Amino acid sequence: MPVAPPRPTAEPPRADRADRSARSAVPEDGTPWRRLYRSADGRLLGGVARGLAGHLGVPVAWVRLVFVGLLLADGLGILLYAAFWVFVPLGIGGRAAAQHRPLFETADDGRRRLRKPDKGQLFALMALAIGCLIFAGDLNTADRAHRYLWPTLLIGAGVVLVWRQADNARRASWTAADSRHRRLFQIVRALVGVGLVGMGLTVFMVVRGSAAQLGNVLTAAIAVIAGIALLAGPWLVRMTQDLSEERTMRIRAQERAEVAAHVHDSVLHTLTLIQRNADDAGEVRRLARAQERELRNWLYKPEGTGKEEDEEPGTLAEAVKKAAAEVEDKHGVPLEVVVVGDCPLDDGLSACMQAAREAMVNAAKYGGEGGPVQVFAEVDGRTVFVSVRDRGPGFDPDSVPGDRMGVRESIVGRMQRNGGTARLTSAPGEGTEVELTMERADA
Amino acid sequence: MTPQQAGQTGPAEEGTGGPERRVRVVLVDDHRMFRTGVQAEIGRTETTGVEVVGEAADVDQAVTVITATRPEVVLLDVHLPGGGGVEVLRRCAPLMGAAEHPVRFLALSVSDAAEDVIGVIRGGARGYVTKTITGTDLVDSIFRVQEGDAVFSPRLAGFVLDAFASTDAPPVDEDLDRLTQREREVLRLIARGYAYKEIAKQLFISVKTVESHVSAVLRKLQLSNRHELTRWATARRLI
Repeated sequence: MPVAPPRPTAEPPRADRADRSARSAVPEDGTPWRRLYRSADGRLLGGVARGLAGHLGVPVAWVRLVFVGLLLADGLGILLYAAFWVFVPLGIGGRAAAQHRPLFETADDGRRRLRKPDKGQLFALMALAIGCLIFAGDLNTADRAHRYLWPTLLIGAGVVLVWRQADNARRASWTAADSRHRRLFQIVRALVGVGLVGMGLTVFMVVRGSAAQLGNVLTAAIAVIAGIALLAGPWLVRMTQDLSEERTMRIRAQERAEVAAHVHDSVLHTLTLIQRNADDAGEVRRLARAQERELRNWLYKPEGTGKEEDEEPGTLAEAVKKAAAEVEDKHGVPLEVVVVGDCPLDDGLSACMQAAREAMVNAAKYGGEGGPVQVFAEVDGRTVFVSVRDRGPGFDPDSVPGDRMGVRESIVGRMQRNGGTARLTSAPGEGTEVELTMERADA
Repeated sequence: MTPQQAGQTGPAEEGTGGPERRVRVVLVDDHRMFRTGVQAEIGRTETTGVEVVGEAADVDQAVTVITATRPEVVLLDVHLPGGGGVEVLRRCAPLMGAAEHPVRFLALSVSDAAEDVIGVIRGGARGYVTKTITGTDLVDSIFRVQEGDAVFSPRLAGFVLDAFASTDAPPVDEDLDRLTQREREVLRLIARGYAYKEIAKQLFISVKTVESHVSAVLRKLQLSNRHELTRWATARRLI
C-alpha cells in the first residue's frame, strides 16, 4: 500500500496544475498516471479507490475489494479510506481520459440523473454492502458497542456527505460553470449532512445518559459552544482577515511579476531595437507600432493574459484585427480598426476575411500616403459588412486594364463565389473604398 | 505643487494676421512629457488659434486650474491620479452647465478600453479622441467642441454602435435608448472614417444636420440610463 505521493505538493493543486502535472506524468507508452491524487471523475465516494488504482496501475475493482476486505478487519478499511480522503488532494487522473463515466449523467434536457451502473461497479457496491453487513453483524454481538453503532453510522454518513460536498465545491471552482439549480442541490446536501451529524451526536448523548437529561445536555453543549465562540471568535476573525490579506498581497505580487516579465520580454527589447535602429525612421516606426499594438492587446484584453497570438482566430473581430496587424507590420502603414459586434467565423466569412485582407494590402500599398487606412467591420443580425478605406490618390475604376486581376479575382470574384458582394468606390483624388457584404451561414 | 499656468498674454494677443478663431484650453494629463508634446503641437497660438492657459497633472490640480482659468475647452486624460477623468468631470459639473462661458471637455486618451471611453462620455465629455491623433485634427476637434459640437473618433463611434446594438432588455426610456436609423447611419460612416463633409454628401444632407445627429447621439449616450452600457463594456459577448 503506497503511503505518500512520489512528489508531495505543497498546496492543493488547481485544475490546470493537476492537469498539467498529470499530463507530464504520462510516459510515452501510455501507461496510466503515477501520481497519487484522488480521482475527481468516475468516483463513488471520495475517489480514493480510483486514485489509488490509477496510481498503482491496477483495476479499480481490486482496490475496492481490498478496502472491503480490510473493512472486515475491525473496520480498518473505513479508517484507511477516511485517512486517504482527508490527506490526498483531489486531482484529475487515476484513470484514462477515454472512460469518462461520472456517477451522474446529464440528460438532453439538462437534468442530471443517476447513470446506469456498469457491472463492475454493481459488483463493487454489492461487495461493499455485504462487507458492511458482516461488519455490523460483528458489532452486534458486543452489546455495549451496539448502543453506539447507529449514532456512529449516522455521524459517518453526515460526514461523508459534507466532505463529498467540499470536493464538489472545489471541482465546481475548477469548472466555473454552475447553475442555480445545482447550487440549491448542493446546499440541500450540505444541510442534510450537517443534520445527520447533529442527529448522530444527539443520539450519542441520549444513549449515554437518558432521554430526561436531553435538555440539560443540550443547554450545556450550547453554553460550551457559545463560550468557545466568544473566546476564539476574535482570534478566528483576525486569522481570516490576515489570511485574505496575505492572499491579496500574493495575488498582487504575482500580477506585478507578470507585468514585469512582460515588459522585460517585449517592451524593453523593442526599445533596445529602436535605439539601435535610430537612424532608420521607417523601421523605428514599424517597431513602435507593433509594440504598441501588442502591449495594448495585452493590457486591455478582457482575459488579462493574452498570450495566444499564434492561435487561429475563431471569431470575426479577431480575424479582422489579426489581418490588419499583419498588413500593418508588413507594409508599415497604420490601419485603424473598428469592429462592431462579433460572430464566429464560417466558410463564407473566412473567404470574406481573405478578400478584406487583400483590400487592406491594396490600401496600404497604394493609398497609405494619405493617413491611416480605415477598416470597419460590423455584424448586423445575419449580415456582415466590412469596409476598407484609404485616403490615397484613388483611381478611376473604369480605366483599369482588363489584365489586372488583383481586385477582380481576389476581392470581387472571391466574394461572389462565396455568395457575397463586393463594391469598389474610387475617384481620382478621393481615395478608395472597398465594401464587402456577406451573409452568415448560421443564426 | 502649485498648478502651472502658461503665459496668459501670448504674443498673438496684439498680433495681426493670426486666425480669427481663438480658444482657451487647459491640458490635463499626468505625463509631463505628453503635455509638453501637445503644447508644442497645438500651442503656437499665432497659427493654430489655440491658447493653452493652464496645465494640471492630477484631479485636484485640474479642478483648481479649471475653476481659476475658466477655459473654453479642457483636454482631459482618462487615467489620472486621484480618481481619473470621470472624477474631474463630476467635480466640474457646475462649470459645464454654466449658462455663460460653459467649460467643455474633450477626452484624450491612450486607452482602448471601451469602459474608460464610455465612462468619460457619460460623465459629460463632449468627445473622445485617441493620443495618436495628428496636431491638425486635434486643433480641429478642439474648435468643434468649443462650438458645442460633439467629436466622435471612428473608434468611439464603433463603441457607441456596439453599446446600442447589443440590447436584449427593453429600453427604459424609448426615446433616449434607441438610435434612429439616421443616427446609426451617421455613426457608421464616422466609424468608417468619413469626415462630416463626406457624410453630408453621402446622405444628401447638410453638414449642420450631420452635426445635430451627432449631438443627439451624444445626448442619448450621456442621459441613457441603461446599465447595460457599462455592463456591456466589461463583458462583450458573442451574438
